[in-house]
Amino acid sequence: MTAPLIRLDRVRKEFGRHVLAVEDMSLTIDRGDFISFLGPSGCGKSTALKMIAGLLPVTAGTIEIAPPEEKVEQDLGFVFQEPTLMPWGTVFDNVWLPLRLAGLSRRAAAERVRAALVEVGLSKFEKSYPRELSGGMKMRVSIARAMVTRPRILLMDEPFAALDEMTRSKLNNDVIRLAHEHKLTVIFVTHSVFEAVYLSNRIAVMAARPGRVVADLTVGAPWPRGEEYRVSPEFSAEAARVSEVLKGTLHGDDIDH
Amino acid sequence: MATTSTIDDGDSGDAAPVNTAALARARRQRILAWVLPIATLAAAVAFWEFWVWYKAIPHFLVPAPSRIWATLMVDGPSLMRSAWFTVRLTFWSLFLAIVGGVLLGALFALSRPIEMSLFPFAVILQVTPIVAIAPLILIYVHNTFAALLVCAWLVAFFPILSNTVVGLRSTDHNLRDLFTLYRATPWQRLRLLLAPSALPYFMAALKIAGGLALIGAVVAEFVAGATGANTGLASRIIESSFRNEIPRMFAALVLVSLLGVAIFLMTSLASKLVLGKWHESEIKRES
Repeated sequence: MTAPLIRLDRVRKEFGRHVLAVEDMSLTIDRGDFISFLGPSGCGKSTALKMIAGLLPVTAGTIEIAPPEEKVEQDLGFVFQEPTLMPWGTVFDNVWLPLRLAGLSRRAAAERVRAALVEVGLSKFEKSYPRELSGGMKMRVSIARAMVTRPRILLMDEPFAALDEMTRSKLNNDVIRLAHEHKLTVIFVTHSVFEAVYLSNRIAVMAARPGRVVADLTVGAPWPRGEEYRVSPEFSAEAARVSEVLKGTLHGDDIDH
Repeated sequence: MATTSTIDDGDSGDAAPVNTAALARARRQRILAWVLPIATLAAAVAFWEFWVWYKAIPHFLVPAPSRIWATLMVDGPSLMRSAWFTVRLTFWSLFLAIVGGVLLGALFALSRPIEMSLFPFAVILQVTPIVAIAPLILIYVHNTFAALLVCAWLVAFFPILSNTVVGLRSTDHNLRDLFTLYRATPWQRLRLLLAPSALPYFMAALKIAGGLALIGAVVAEFVAGATGANTGLASRIIESSFRNEIPRMFAALVLVSLLGVAIFLMTSLASKLVLGKWHESEIKRES
């Protein structure tokens, strides 16, 4: 645990001339961190995530990611807000995609695709099409696709925002389990205080206009966590503390949502 | 046949209890879907036959269906030769419309400047009625088949072009990001992302273009027929009208309609085969 895994140094993102989406964001993320970017809409948390993934260019500043120790097809897994599956492909085809783009044939990739589907509990559904699956299952396919290249870093952009409470808490546990078993470093974007507190051992609280990190909190509860944490007094206390910090960041006109 | 059902979390995929009443209803629906249109058509033809007989309408005004059938039998071989000409013309123009529309559409989707420069030409060619352009084309292009092909192509290719452009531009932007993340080559992006995204749009255009190719072919033949060239079914209709052979006009007309129906069925079937498994437009819902 020497150099940090990810280092953001005064990262800045402007859209056009007038919109400052992220203002001078500096942050170091260590191996094994489970960090949430928590904030209201418009605070630049998704933008920051996309810049880390290399999907958006930075306007200024630098993002450094330590090179992987072993060669993998893609060291970063990305899970979008929507499942973002190809409707024309089966579950297998969708999970195969990252390996396919790296040049692996269906047969060469089959074992790893099936292993990834087992991890998310969808091994029976490899021949199904996305439209035949529920919202939660589609999201699990999306997670399996991100995991199939065996990345060190998993970036998740409000992945469960559109799901019902039951499915969401089930998937939260799945993410904790996967992160623990595969020693992942996870950056998890969310606007839910409870989700951030339940999942992460670090929370970067962000504020809007301009988007910036206003607090870097540590969630001390032992990790990995399970359902008993969700009903514990420590969880409520932690959530109350984070809520206070978050409330302090809001402008008057943000309260309405 | 694809059906839609949602498998829920934790569901082991057991078959739902068979609802025999629903199955019977579905079977009845399927049979009715064939029986009803055929029965209605048969009734209409029978009424036509009866009316012509009952009112004793002379066959050079309105021929009875039986007379049209007899004409088809007698003139069959020569009409078939004309039909074959129209079939070739229609399918060649449809084929070239697909090739031209997709290539030009891909070019437009790749480059806005190219689209902006060339789109006016496409629009001008599209909005100018083909009947108005056809005589000129027949003058400039000496080979009659080639001239007719140009006319039919002009009519059929526009929907393919515009739908291909829209389809290629309608790709989900998150999926595009995903392909970027995994460093897809341009070829992979085209084959695995853009082409499948555009496919529903293309298939919709194909259904329209199939009908338009036939219309373009027939209109072009009419213009050519008016100048005396003997080509396909449409020129037989003109020729028969000059000679007041009304039953033969109807016979040729029946063949044109059959060709149109065949094209419609073919393009619908193609769409079902290509999209049936995944696209909403071709998925049968359980009710």
